[in-house]
Amino acid sequence: MAQFTTLTSTVAPLPMNDVDTDQIIPARFLKATDKQGLAANLFADWRFNADGTPRPEFVLNQPRYQGAHILLAGHNFGCGSSREHAPWALTGNGFTVVISTSFADIFCNNALKNGLLPLVVDAETHQMLFDLIEEVPTAELTVDLATQTLTLPTGQSVTFPIDGFSKACLLQGADELGYLLNYDAQISAFEARLPARG
Amino acid sequence: MTEPQTLFQKIWNNHVVAQEVASPAVLYVDLHLVHEVTSPQAFTGLRRRGLRVRRPEKTVATADHSIPTHDRSLPIADEMCARQITQLEVNCRDFGITLYGMGSPHQGIVHVIGPELGFTQPGHTIVCGDSHTSTHGAFGALAFGIGTSEVEHVLATQCLLQRQPQTFEVRVEGQLGPGVSAKDIILALIARIGIGGGTGHVIEYTGSAIRALSMEERMTICNMSIEGGARAGLIAPDDTTFDYLHGREFAPHGAAWDAAVTRWRSLPTDAGAVYDKTITLDAAALEPMITYGTNPGMGIAITSRVPDPADVSDPTQKAALDKALRYMDIQPGHPLLGHPVDVVFIGSCTNSRISDLRLAANLLRGRKVADNLRVMVVPGSQDVKRQAEAEGLAEIFKAAGAEWREAGCSMCIAMNGDQLSPGQYAVSTSNRNFEGRQGKGGRTFLASPLTAAASALTGRVTDPRTLLEN
Repeated sequence: MAQFTTLTSTVAPLPMNDVDTDQIIPARFLKATDKQGLAANLFADWRFNADGTPRPEFVLNQPRYQGAHILLAGHNFGCGSSREHAPWALTGNGFTVVISTSFADIFCNNALKNGLLPLVVDAETHQMLFDLIEEVPTAELTVDLATQTLTLPTGQSVTFPIDGFSKACLLQGADELGYLLNYDAQISAFEARLPARG
Repeated sequence: MTEPQTLFQKIWNNHVVAQEVASPAVLYVDLHLVHEVTSPQAFTGLRRRGLRVRRPEKTVATADHSIPTHDRSLPIADEMCARQITQLEVNCRDFGITLYGMGSPHQGIVHVIGPELGFTQPGHTIVCGDSHTSTHGAFGALAFGIGTSEVEHVLATQCLLQRQPQTFEVRVEGQLGPGVSAKDIILALIARIGIGGGTGHVIEYTGSAIRALSMEERMTICNMSIEGGARAGLIAPDDTTFDYLHGREFAPHGAAWDAAVTRWRSLPTDAGAVYDKTITLDAAALEPMITYGTNPGMGIAITSRVPDPADVSDPTQKAALDKALRYMDIQPGHPLLGHPVDVVFIGSCTNSRISDLRLAANLLRGRKVADNLRVMVVPGSQDVKRQAEAEGLAEIFKAAGAEWREAGCSMCIAMNGDQLSPGQYAVSTSNRNFEGRQGKGGRTFLASPLTAAASALTGRVTDPRTLLEN
């Protein structure tokens, strides 16, 4: 998995609540048997017209937000389907941080396995960030995972929560499957007791 | 004396293989359901690492999402769908997994076939790369959706790393009125708590109205737990559960059945156990529900008016409602009743079981669907299809002018060619009304099978109570 330590980047604002994974990547793009080609379809129905031309008003089509690695989204980002294609499509477009006040559980789990940090801030900070990006679209934020801090251009910092295990995995770029495979003996012992259980 | 425990806590504790301090639990998985869309990259990962499937006998596969629902003797028109289904066949063959795929007499939607074949059992942990895995919680199993990386983890280790969620009791008391069904209970709940209301929680549904439901109705409720943000929904197993499971192919038999029932009877939440939060719904006060917007929380009683953004004070909620109504192209402040529809879809893992089809067929019997309306009836599995044909339901649907199709997810997710055209309106018994969910530019009103059948007869959003006899 890709490592995540620190990041300084501009921010693409998507001020919509309850962005579901069908919007992040519509189901018709889930027919692939690999992870290739998903990036081009991120937010496809918001990003492109029916004829495939870009919608200039959509945030990811605006030149000033090109190269942003941080997506600033509304409340409850990533609800709906379990498709891991959603974080694959986001990271395929260079995003390594999504900021929101809350994330849907499955999206959050999927993001963490792909080097994509779901960064939770309180409602007040969330609004302040939207105000900042509206005022200064080129403003850069700095995310430092080790200290769990998000720093604004003014030097003001806020801390963000993340569980210790996920943090360690991201900092090391560690893969959870490698960790799980180390439990082989315990899993075998558990399986030996199986018939006695519900 | 041990602390009183909830159903959730009992299942969780029974499945913890290891729990390091400040780390997620290593949780054992009893049943892993696999389908063609979210598994190929996981099998690729196994091959790359040179790993095997640890317990292929605890893994069951079917093709449902991208499989066509037209005549199965015809080739699959979409090359990518065909490749995905072929890849599933190759993966199941290479790794020794039982597949109920194209041509199998038990093929069907993964959340329909698991219960009907008896794989789904109380007290089990069940996962699948699909968010509607919550369906299986109807049996008192801890069942939740996972991503493709986690599919690979379970294939390789039969375990998952999981943080313990909180518990949320949804108590539903009283008796449902005529024309009001399980689908209306769950749509009313989501309208109340919102689509993020259950985030971080496992819901347990309790109360007299839940106890009175059949297993298929309980599955409808648990299925949509995820639409309220909860990864899992649970209903305590009882005689209704055991009667449903008894004699099913993969349920325990003989002495093993008796031993299992004894174990299962110890699963329900103990008196005095505490949930992290609780709410209560009054079943008698519920009406048929319908959604008007672009997420499942945007639902109203079918006789109510669509909310007006002008009445919403929170600016982000106002903007969200305004955006939803613009996408749906409907007017605030008016009821949806009478709104013309282009398509009625009866199917999906929420409402494609035999009891759903019976409800719809009872309304359609001897009647015709409205002119210029497409009505699709898509059974959840080949077993449901045969049962419906044996009972004469298929003939009722066809005589009414509806399409009677092969089993699959179909227009719920619109991957297989079954889809709305831009701008079309559908009354759908499925679970998601997100923008474009049933086809790019399509507009979905979620409702019960009864409401869908009533709307099929009139070609407009219709309160089923106006068409019920007596």
